[in-house]
Amino acid sequence: MLDVNTFIGGYPFRHVPHPEPGVLLRVLEREQLAGAWVGHLPGAFHRDPRHANDELLLAMGDGGGPLRATPIVRPDWPHWEESVRDLRARGAVAIRAYPQLWSFGVGDGRLRDLAFACAAVHLPLLLTVRFEDLRQRHPLDVAPDLSAAHVRELARAGTGARIVVTAAGRELIEEVHWGLTPDERSRVFFDISWVWGPPTDELSHLFRTIGADRFVYGTMWPLRLVQGPRANLALLESDVAGAVLADPQGWTG
Amino acid sequence: MTSLAGPEPLIDVHAHFYPDVGGRPDSRHLNARRLEAGDRIGITVHVASMLGTFGVTSPTYFQSPADTRPANDEMLQRQHGDARIRSYVAVNPNDMAFAVAEVDRCAAAGAIGLKLAAARRCDDPVVWPVVERADAHGFPVLHHIWQHRRRHWPSQDISDGADLAVLAARFPRVAFILAHIGGGGDYLHTFAAVREVPNIYLDLSGSGIDRGMLDDALAAVGPQRLLWGADLTLCTGLAKLWALSVIGLSNDDLADIRWRNAVRIFPPGAFGDLGSRQATIPS
Repeated sequence: MLDVNTFIGGYPFRHVPHPEPGVLLRVLEREQLAGAWVGHLPGAFHRDPRHANDELLLAMGDGGGPLRATPIVRPDWPHWEESVRDLRARGAVAIRAYPQLWSFGVGDGRLRDLAFACAAVHLPLLLTVRFEDLRQRHPLDVAPDLSAAHVRELARAGTGARIVVTAAGRELIEEVHWGLTPDERSRVFFDISWVWGPPTDELSHLFRTIGADRFVYGTMWPLRLVQGPRANLALLESDVAGAVLADPQGWTG
Repeated sequence: MTSLAGPEPLIDVHAHFYPDVGGRPDSRHLNARRLEAGDRIGITVHVASMLGTFGVTSPTYFQSPADTRPANDEMLQRQHGDARIRSYVAVNPNDMAFAVAEVDRCAAAGAIGLKLAAARRCDDPVVWPVVERADAHGFPVLHHIWQHRRRHWPSQDISDGADLAVLAARFPRVAFILAHIGGGGDYLHTFAAVREVPNIYLDLSGSGIDRGMLDDALAAVGPQRLLWGADLTLCTGLAKLWALSVIGLSNDDLADIRWRNAVRIFPPGAFGDLGSRQATIPS
């Protein structure tokens, strides 16, 4: 199993223990995970993500190991199209975007253009709904969560890109899924890092109604306990226990 | 089947059941799933409360007397019918005379602790009479907390760690369980606020599973003032148990957090055989 939702580096609003690649490798081994898509956590808050991407790619080594780079591209930055191609050539397995941190509204054409560019080089586009629970945020951390409407509009644009939405809760997932046509849905995936288990059993419900194949494994390490999704899968209701998630291993063509 | 959290005893100090009658339509399923998932995890005892009708006929955090009494009765019935369940008495302290009498009534019927939610901020003297009754019965008080209230939040008259410290200082013999450090708000503020208040215990429950939260809680109050709980998300409770097992705690410290601290602060005999097992283990 692959963890699509990990980061290295610190977080601006609180201390995060040991967010280093070496620690992540040990955690993956302990959790028996085959590998991880890794982002650069502080880079999400940089104006220009170029240096963060360089640091990330350097930390990932030659790209042949279990840690695979998911760098950031801002589609409102000069020469961003070149960045997509360059990052692809340097080993990126997906591109991260943070439209809510960049004040992109619903249906912003720049995000759509980025998705087209990702599709052209066979890279998924990775979105993050939130980094922390809304109730604990620093007073300066005022960006809203990514909305379901952002995701729906992007999925409806017909870009051909796979869209992976991380840290989404049940409501957003359902609003997106049931707000798309079957064809549009087929390119949208969600990680399970922010969906609850028993007694409300939201994950079981979503597996039953939407299908486990719409979901990928994601933990949000180092911000959250890596054991969260494993616990959630272990506590699934009996009729969906053992459900098989989508495998993103082959998504980077 | 092997328990997911191992064979050692495990007490959930922060559980809820929903009323079978007059509550949400899926109450029976939720209650059954709590017990089923609890068995899978290996929860020995769920110490639980029922907050009126959970909003159906009076607000969850401002429950009416008419909703309070049948909910407490239903919890006590569950306790008497299932060895895995123990009951808090939950009251709204604004209806002072009723609330005081209800604590005494439920204590006589077997309740083992007092649950206070968010009907009145806990540094308000209106809360004192029910806490005095908890003191008289040897009950710990589980108090709903918002970790660092920086503003008013709707639907509750919320307290934070600093507020609970005021109440705890007034009642030094009472053990206060500060609810769900993962239940919303800034737990780091809580840790600073209660670090030096020896009769406040932190319950680990809540949906929040931030890395660093458990380490910082341990650093602030030590393993003998931490209590395991799940509240509304058993999956995050299990994740925290698994995390506790890999952060370098001794087996003794783990046992304290899993069940021994709870046995110490609830009334003698509240957990049956676990109490005698506890007596054989030095604290």
